[in-house]
Amino acid sequence: MADAIGTGADTVQLRFRDDPQVDHPAVTVGAFLDQTNAVAVRIEPGDDARDLLAHLDRIALVEVNFPTYGDGRGFSSARVLREAGYTGELRAVGDVLVDRIDAMRRCGFDAFAPDQPLDEADVQAAFNRWPEVYQATTDGRTPIWALRHG
Amino acid sequence: MYRYDQYDQAMVDARVAEFRDQAQRRIDGKLTEDQFKPLRLMNGLYLQLHAYMLRVAVPYGTLSSAQMHMLGDIADKYDRGYGHFTTRQNIQYNWIKLEDAGDILADLASVEMHAIQTSGNCIRNISSDHFAGAAADELVDPRPYAELLRQWSSFHPEFSYLPRKFKIAVIASKRDRAAMRLHDIGIEIVRNAAGEIGCAFYVGGGMGRTPMVAPLIRDFVPLDQLITYSEACLRVYNRYGRRDNKYKARIKILVHELGKDEYTRQVEEEFAHLLSQNIEPPLAELERIKTYFADPAFKADLPTQADRSNPAFAQWMDRNTHPHKVPGYISVTISLKPVGGIPGDASADQIRLMAALAKDYSFDECRVTHAQNIVLPHVEIGRLNDLWQQLDGAGLSTPNLDRIDDIIACPGLDYCSLANARSIPVAQKISERFNANGKADTIGELKLKISGCINACGHHHAGHIGILGVDKKGTENYQLLLGGSEAEDTSLGKITGPGFDEAGIVDAVEKAADVYLAQRTDGERFLDTYRRIGMEPFKEALYG
Repeated sequence: MADAIGTGADTVQLRFRDDPQVDHPAVTVGAFLDQTNAVAVRIEPGDDARDLLAHLDRIALVEVNFPTYGDGRGFSSARVLREAGYTGELRAVGDVLVDRIDAMRRCGFDAFAPDQPLDEADVQAAFNRWPEVYQATTDGRTPIWALRHG
Repeated sequence: MYRYDQYDQAMVDARVAEFRDQAQRRIDGKLTEDQFKPLRLMNGLYLQLHAYMLRVAVPYGTLSSAQMHMLGDIADKYDRGYGHFTTRQNIQYNWIKLEDAGDILADLASVEMHAIQTSGNCIRNISSDHFAGAAADELVDPRPYAELLRQWSSFHPEFSYLPRKFKIAVIASKRDRAAMRLHDIGIEIVRNAAGEIGCAFYVGGGMGRTPMVAPLIRDFVPLDQLITYSEACLRVYNRYGRRDNKYKARIKILVHELGKDEYTRQVEEEFAHLLSQNIEPPLAELERIKTYFADPAFKADLPTQADRSNPAFAQWMDRNTHPHKVPGYISVTISLKPVGGIPGDASADQIRLMAALAKDYSFDECRVTHAQNIVLPHVEIGRLNDLWQQLDGAGLSTPNLDRIDDIIACPGLDYCSLANARSIPVAQKISERFNANGKADTIGELKLKISGCINACGHHHAGHIGILGVDKKGTENYQLLLGGSEAEDTSLGKITGPGFDEAGIVDAVEKAADVYLAQRTDGERFLDTYRRIGMEPFKEALYG
């Protein structure tokens, strides 16, 4: 698997899914589009997540890489996939900071493999920080405007 | 004006708790400055040359009396007794201790205020017309739309790490008092041929080192698609805006490089997709917000004339007021540009006095203008003289709105770690010069704007006369620009030629003003004369 570049299953620190983890390493978007048997793919910030939309039914894992915390393209990649109906694992990898994981969950990520392991207490605090949300996303949370007009 | 409900308050309180925790981790040494930086920037806390600076959000520039009063108290309690009103209709405090930042945010939260997204590469405070809800020439009050956008853009999960900062302005008048087309997104509330209210979207304007006037990309977005269309504009930018060079990262560069048509095509494609995602708040939410902006209880049959027997009052009234939509009322601009003063600065006592006057004279409301002044939007004309006397007693009656000494200036090298040159002393010298020689009075409208570096926080590109401070081999040097405008006739100023030293730039401004005075025809403003006669006569006077 010369193209394999993904994180291993043992590097996943947080996972919000019940299904077994995929044991195939992720390949690049280019390699994925060339091989019909790949089930795991890794999106870099410059990749277009829409290139995967025709193949969502055979993907079990998408890793979205955040090479630096300041590059926010991965947030859009995640929402593009979820809005298109992708239901497999969506894993944030790379420079994943505890202060961003709640927003990442909102964008559709359900697994996290940070370069630097996150403090468990900080993780709990981060997920419990915000009482409500202002925006509708595919995460199913009810936005404040809907609560007001329930 | 808008009031928080329990949801808004809970979100702001959560932010205060989060920031207290982050600041404590920094004070305890658990976070390095590098780790802390992106966190504090999301809360408007900058590290400047001498101290921390805290920038407080004033959504669309509107403040209640209680909020204004708190801004004065914060200036006393945590700063050096003054605050600085900014070109984004915000206020900033320049001498903040990190240890106090959490307490300041808590004090702000107690009056429904915050510092959320006043810095960082996210959607910043949304600005608007400072005469919103009062101006005789507006279609509707633009602020409910700005408030809807404020809530949508607060803590947005997808758009908190954009390529660069992102500024939105909303207006609802053909007269542009908010530099709408110099924003990343400028929205004009319009009425279409069918009589419906909707939004015209201008995208890709901005100042900085590559100034651009935003092109129109959609002439009518229905009100029940406003958030969805905004989300489409932002998503295209977040995915494709340049991240390789921070100086080419604003959306104006993307729109310019793709071309307006291709950017628009991508937005429309994204918009068509997002319409299926049900992300738009119902119109009932907009109606709920609108109820907060209902007209105050204006009285009928008020006098429509003031006693103008005092010439100083009459002059101030002529210069610093604006027509109101209700007979018997008028909007007042309080100049924060006293002769030789620091543009936009106000003392704690002045801030509290303006708060009290807002309560007594203007239905509990005041506004911050992007030109760094304060507006009392709803004043009875019959009480204007009383108001003026109180302002006059506090050094707040300078009659110079939109005149050459009503200068916009950034903090410059006196405070800012990005600046190449000082802005404030240049503004002070120009103000003193033109008042001493009497020309400030004879010139009439002339908008002068000064930036201390190429980032253009002082809007120099949009000044009828603009001044840009640069560093020239270790000394401060000032370039002169002519012909900019941030009004509905938006234009970008052109550099006259080689720059000047600090004394030379003041002389150069006077020479340019003299060309105007010699060449103007009846009723022409400086800008009109410049547009008619062009750059050459000015160059001749400056360098000939």
